[in-house]
Amino acid sequence: MTIKLGRVLLTVLAIVLSIVWAFPVYWMVNSAFISNAVLQQFTPHFFPGEDFTTSNFAGAISDGSFFGALGMSVSITLIVVFFCLIFAFLGAVAISRFKFRGRKTFVLALLLIQMLPAEGLFIAQYKMMSSVGLLNSIVGVSVIYIAAVIPFTIWMLRGFVAGVPAELEEAAMVDGLSRFQAFMRITFPLLAPGLVASGVYAFLQAWNEFTVAVVLLPAEAAQTLPLWLRGFVQASATRETDWGQVMAASTIVAVPVIIFFLLVQGRMTSGIVGGAVKG
Amino acid sequence: MSTNTSGGRIAPRRTGGIPYYLIVPAVIALLLGLGYPLVWQFITAFQDYGLAQQFGKPPEWVGFDNFANLVWDGEFWAVLGRSLLFCVVTAFSTVVIGVLLALLMNAVGKAARLILQISMLLAWAMPVAAATTVFIWLFDRRRGVVNYLLDMLPGVDMNRYDWLGNPLTFFMVASILIVWMSVPFVAFAVYAGLTQVSDEVMEAAQIDGANAWQRFWRIIGPIIRPVLSIVLLLQLIWDLRVFAQITLLKDAGSKSGDFDLLGTYIYKLGASANDFGMASAVSIVVLIITLAISWVYVRDLIKEDEGR
Repeated sequence: MTIKLGRVLLTVLAIVLSIVWAFPVYWMVNSAFISNAVLQQFTPHFFPGEDFTTSNFAGAISDGSFFGALGMSVSITLIVVFFCLIFAFLGAVAISRFKFRGRKTFVLALLLIQMLPAEGLFIAQYKMMSSVGLLNSIVGVSVIYIAAVIPFTIWMLRGFVAGVPAELEEAAMVDGLSRFQAFMRITFPLLAPGLVASGVYAFLQAWNEFTVAVVLLPAEAAQTLPLWLRGFVQASATRETDWGQVMAASTIVAVPVIIFFLLVQGRMTSGIVGGAVKG
Repeated sequence: MSTNTSGGRIAPRRTGGIPYYLIVPAVIALLLGLGYPLVWQFITAFQDYGLAQQFGKPPEWVGFDNFANLVWDGEFWAVLGRSLLFCVVTAFSTVVIGVLLALLMNAVGKAARLILQISMLLAWAMPVAAATTVFIWLFDRRRGVVNYLLDMLPGVDMNRYDWLGNPLTFFMVASILIVWMSVPFVAFAVYAGLTQVSDEVMEAAQIDGANAWQRFWRIIGPIIRPVLSIVLLLQLIWDLRVFAQITLLKDAGSKSGDFDLLGTYIYKLGASANDFGMASAVSIVVLIITLAISWVYVRDLIKEDEGR
């Protein structure tokens, strides 16, 4: 009897905590569909109900800078994903298929680099880019992002490459394929899920990045979507905020990310905590 | 993940230069994006590099002067102390709450667990800029739902309470935001560890008379300890880099230096005051702290890599 009661209480607790955790996301979407006039009333509206409107989205986009920011974010993200996948794939093959002098140092360097905070380097990166005229440029920020994302993508892909037994390749080589052919025909197709997961990881990093973007893209014409969103927050300090519009802007930034994130979440957790969780 | 497959590298025969060619693109990218700035920063930390150098005057070598200036700078110590305290409090709160949630996931039925996991994933997936913006709205002085709900409690007057107006509540909001964003990762990682504890072992312990408390410390504890130490280290490192959250919260609140943590402080020294020598010196302090904490984590991962 007591066990059953305990179980019910725990279930109730789990539901309550689910509501607490999901609430900010819910509140963002909810506010995005309510007009500012209604949001400014004293009593909050917990459901859009009759006040449902999509005008906030039109308003958020209409200020003109949205499509520029979208273009910047898409270009940077595509460049970063493309180069990261190629570079990281080659690097992952090197460390998981070959023994070579310096391998251990390389792996150690990757892991340490991955820990470096952007805050500890962004002033130097700012000076470097400004001295070669690459502030406010897609190229400048992409170079920094690629360097920042590569270590973890190599580490993640390494697991996938090592997961394909080398014996498979060797068998194919016995059957007369060259090592390169064996790799491309046998191992490469088995790596597709790993490449997808790594690509999505690179996408999320580049798409969401804020810190380096603040420093390297100071011009309004060069802002990415997170900086575009920041424009709304900065404006809120000086004038009456249109919270409906701000939440519509947040929703626009967040929704594609949430969808992609749900696709790769499991891979990322196990990549980060490595062998501590035996899967 | 296939962490326990034998996998195996192909024996080191006739490999020649191949692995080196393979890592060249990655190494070049890393040298360009991180290596060069890192070297520049180490050099500049020992130079007087300010506004005059911006206009072409060659920088002067000043030895450890920049670091000596930091030692005597009250603001630097205030920022450093605040950052470390913020980092430790936030990281420990995240891990404790994350473990409790993982235990809860493990204890409830399938349906409740799924609901809990979905809402955790939503919070985890939120981009930092969007999440911070939403929290600014939640804690808004005039129309924020937090003040509204707290005000409804009997005897509590939170009407128009200005959360971002004073440092203590400002950092409370920042901490709540970061805990909210980071707990899902901890909860999922620890939950994955908990699923390794077999039901038979737990039942056997129960039959042998171990109570819930003993079962937690004697059986679950040792199994999840490696995961726990890793997530705690990662949280400590991640909670030192909170530039995005603090910058956005400051955008909505106060510009005062009392609200700075290391990231925003470096930004102010470098990008606003153009004192690149000092900014580099503080950056190096941050990098050293980070590397000191990461070393333990990296050592563990290397051990795992060699064990495969």
